[in-house]
Amino acid sequence: MAAQEPVTGEALQAAQTSRQFATFFVEGLFFGIDVLQVQEVLRYQEMTRVPLAQEVIEGLINLRGQIVTAVDMRRRLKLPPRADGRMPMNTVVRTEEGAVSLLVDEIGDVVEVDADLFESPPDNVDPAARELLQGVYKLKDRLLLILDTERTIDLAAGTPQSQKI
Amino acid sequence: MVVRPESLSWPHPGINGADGLAERSGTVMEDQEIIKEFLIESNENLARLDREMVELERRPKDTELLASIFRTMHTIKGTCGFLGFGTLEAITHRAEDILSQLREGQRDLTPELVTIILEAVDATKKVMVLIEATGTEGPETYSELRDRLEEARKGRLAAPEETAAPVAVPSAAEETPGPASVPPAAPAPTAAQMAPAEAESIQKAPSVSDSSIRVDVGLLDKLMNLVGELVLTRNQILQFNAQQEDSTLNTTSQRLNLITTELQAGVMKTRMQPIGVVWNKLPRVVRDMASSFGKQIQLEMDGADTELDKTIIEAIKDPLTHIVRNCCDHGIETPEVRAARGKPPQGKLGLRAFHEGGQVNIEISDDGAGLDPQRLKDKALQKGLIRPEQAERMSDREAFGLIFLPGFSTAATVTNVSGRGVGMDVVKTNVEKIGGVVDLVSRVGEGTTVKLKIPLTLAIIPGLVVTSGGERFVIPQVSLLELIRLEGESGKQQIEWIQGTPVYRRRGKLLPIAYLNEVLKRGSAQEADVLNIVVLQAEDRQFGLVVDGISDTQEIVVKPLGKQLKGLSCYAGATIMGDGHVSLILDVLGIGQMSGVVRESREQSRAESERNEHARNDRQTFLLFRAGPFERLSVPLSLVARLEEFPQANIERASGKPVVQYRGQILPLASLGAILEPGSQDSAAVQDPAQVIVFNDGERRIGILVDQILDIAEDTITVRQSGERKGLLGSAVIGEKVTDLVDLRAVIETAREDWFSTQVRDSAQGATIMVAEGSAFSRGLVRNALEAAGYRVVEAANNAEALRELEQRKVDAVVTALDLPGGGAYNLVAQMRAVRDLAGIPVLALANSAEEAGARGKREPGFEDCQLKFDHDAMMRSVARLAAAVRAAEPAPVMYGGKE
Repeated sequence: MAAQEPVTGEALQAAQTSRQFATFFVEGLFFGIDVLQVQEVLRYQEMTRVPLAQEVIEGLINLRGQIVTAVDMRRRLKLPPRADGRMPMNTVVRTEEGAVSLLVDEIGDVVEVDADLFESPPDNVDPAARELLQGVYKLKDRLLLILDTERTIDLAAGTPQSQKI
Repeated sequence: MVVRPESLSWPHPGINGADGLAERSGTVMEDQEIIKEFLIESNENLARLDREMVELERRPKDTELLASIFRTMHTIKGTCGFLGFGTLEAITHRAEDILSQLREGQRDLTPELVTIILEAVDATKKVMVLIEATGTEGPETYSELRDRLEEARKGRLAAPEETAAPVAVPSAAEETPGPASVPPAAPAPTAAQMAPAEAESIQKAPSVSDSSIRVDVGLLDKLMNLVGELVLTRNQILQFNAQQEDSTLNTTSQRLNLITTELQAGVMKTRMQPIGVVWNKLPRVVRDMASSFGKQIQLEMDGADTELDKTIIEAIKDPLTHIVRNCCDHGIETPEVRAARGKPPQGKLGLRAFHEGGQVNIEISDDGAGLDPQRLKDKALQKGLIRPEQAERMSDREAFGLIFLPGFSTAATVTNVSGRGVGMDVVKTNVEKIGGVVDLVSRVGEGTTVKLKIPLTLAIIPGLVVTSGGERFVIPQVSLLELIRLEGESGKQQIEWIQGTPVYRRRGKLLPIAYLNEVLKRGSAQEADVLNIVVLQAEDRQFGLVVDGISDTQEIVVKPLGKQLKGLSCYAGATIMGDGHVSLILDVLGIGQMSGVVRESREQSRAESERNEHARNDRQTFLLFRAGPFERLSVPLSLVARLEEFPQANIERASGKPVVQYRGQILPLASLGAILEPGSQDSAAVQDPAQVIVFNDGERRIGILVDQILDIAEDTITVRQSGERKGLLGSAVIGEKVTDLVDLRAVIETAREDWFSTQVRDSAQGATIMVAEGSAFSRGLVRNALEAAGYRVVEAANNAEALRELEQRKVDAVVTALDLPGGGAYNLVAQMRAVRDLAGIPVLALANSAEEAGARGKREPGFEDCQLKFDHDAMMRSVARLAAAVRAAEPAPVMYGGKE
């Protein structure tokens, strides 16, 4: 394990209280988003592709009359593509710019975690992923990676590599 | 119901006196609007005053409450004063004074004071009921109340019991304070104070404030959104219903359809405002402009109650004002000019608005000077906005369209209002931004009418659903011009290619084509029997978009795209289709730009057009033909007089050379193939009938025999100087093929040695002539002619280059194109005349057309002579004369304007 990171202000804030996270899996990784930010979780929805859009944008879905952009978390995190036939799930998060759907492999439970289990993401985490993480909760059996949703959906400020396509 | 304007008996003397607006028609409407506003607002305020005064009585030390009351009273007083309601102002003014004393702590609040202020409030309400009904304050002056208020202000309040007598204080205000306690503006009027009939009529007519409420625009927007959702859901149900056989579902969904449509119309109506809201500001604008220009302008408005969506009202405010300003400034003449033209001294400016075909039409017309299409073209030429050939072909209607080009302004002088060349293009851009169209018609001396066609709303728009690469896309109907369907192989071949760019001949004009699949990088278009072209309008350009299929038109609700997709200029938004799927709405301008069929943007195109001025000027129409061993030859079409066919039997010989009788003259003939390639087999000379291109050179004509006329093509050419073959200027790519350009001069010279008089040659000895001309091709022609005659030639492509050259070397005469880049020939002459050494150089201007030569050459000062660009003979004579004059005067240089 990497040496203890100096805790940043943001991380401190995130770590102050015990919090609840909605969780999901992407390529075996266990992610969490503050439960208050999650609007809803949906099965796979039919999607309209957007030609010329960045690769991470899977398409647009009709969420009861609201048009929501779907971001593929595998591409966002530079992970290998989903195996054929496996349909992603929608985790719709509320953001300042309206709702955005994150496409994930599987939905997990809502977990409540203790603040003192929090740690900033270690240095050696892949930069593509590290940038999107607020930090890590060291749960008993596994690590819970906390996503920074605003940064996740902000493709313009995202990892420069993803801009190429 | 809202009180009808007619029921207000205007003109109201108090109001007319109060402010000095001149235009009657405008003032009446403006005032009616203001008074309506005033009544609504004041009734609300008065209702609040009732409440707050009672509240204040309970909490006399509440300074905040007191301040609020004071403000309210102050507002009412101010508005009354502004509108000229003297009685009201007097009452409220005194009440305000008392409140002011209270606020500043000069005295304490007593029940008596509260009573008398409430009395003032009641009196105000009564007067307002009268104003609403009759438009006047009525005969009652409330002098008694005013006196008592005055007394109270001075601290000598009369006995409380007195106050109860003349005016009944509404008991409600004392018993149950609260919003509902006082019915706004409807206190039972005491019949004693007014004529019975009057009182009756007032009670019957519902007041403004009873029938209208104020609603937050945000709420209306939300409602509009919800209706949008409902429309989408309705579409979904209708689509589902179409697949079902259930009759109950059928009836229900039809009913739903009807109700939704009605609801949509209804909610849309809540956001509607009469266009008068914008027009109200115009009488003042017109008045101010008229007085500052010393003009008399009468403003007439028709259809001010025509309603438009609030967002659209906002969007057309500025364009409308600009057009009206333009009419006042440039359109309508001064009274003297008008009198001289036999018109009444007072100019008319008319505004008309009406609904037509789901759109709103707004017409702004004046009976002023009108626009002269020729002047517009000249101006555009001078500014380099169009090419000479374009100007010639242009219809009047197209010429009027020039006024909307960026950088165009016809005003002779720049005023502080308009004439800076920004404006009409902005008007057009703004109107088009909301899906509107601008059109202009004008007759010289009779006036100008600007017509705007504007959609009613932006939130729900009709769109055409197309498919491409298996996805559906929506194209906003406003951009749609027509649909073209090309079937089978022959259809596909109608798409032609220019250097890899597809075009289609649409009624004789080339329409650039873009493939939606390619624009969106969805792989090449699938092979289909049918080619669907959607002809679209983007700004001032038209282009065809090839799509896989065309479905139908639908009412769609425009929804914005998320931030992640904002950068894509090809989409205007997204919508939800009847089956619940999301479809992208194409941004026609964005698609046009991405595919390269529409220039980047106006700003950029302007810069670009300046850069490409050379290339643009070189765009010419060429006659293509075949002669002898040369498969593809060309001459500029502008040099060609006629194309003729002569039977070989008609060709005779005169002094050993072929001639033909033509229009009562003897037309000498020359075989081009034989001249260009002496000794080659002269097929043209034996061909029957003979193909002849007739050229005019001044009085004389010559016919050139060719093998075959091929085509006429317009192209931008770059002449590559070829080997020194006599009779050819060089070669260029015309219509995608390498084509040799015929040096007509040399050909004619070879054919008829006596063509040029020797006298011209003599005077030419040693003289240096500058040829200033933007088009490299035209410049080359002139240079060849001059050099052939023995002149030395200096070339310049634009104004700056010409001046630089002139300063560096001695030039005997200047030959310049009227449309020389960098300000035209006038500019060059003006600059030359300002420099002492250059002032004496004679200048020959070359015009593109006889009209231009006649009108401009004589009118504009500064040129020694003006000739047609391709009339070489006249040009040569003129140059010879000018050069000879200079040489005769030597060694002392001629000073035309310069004295020391």
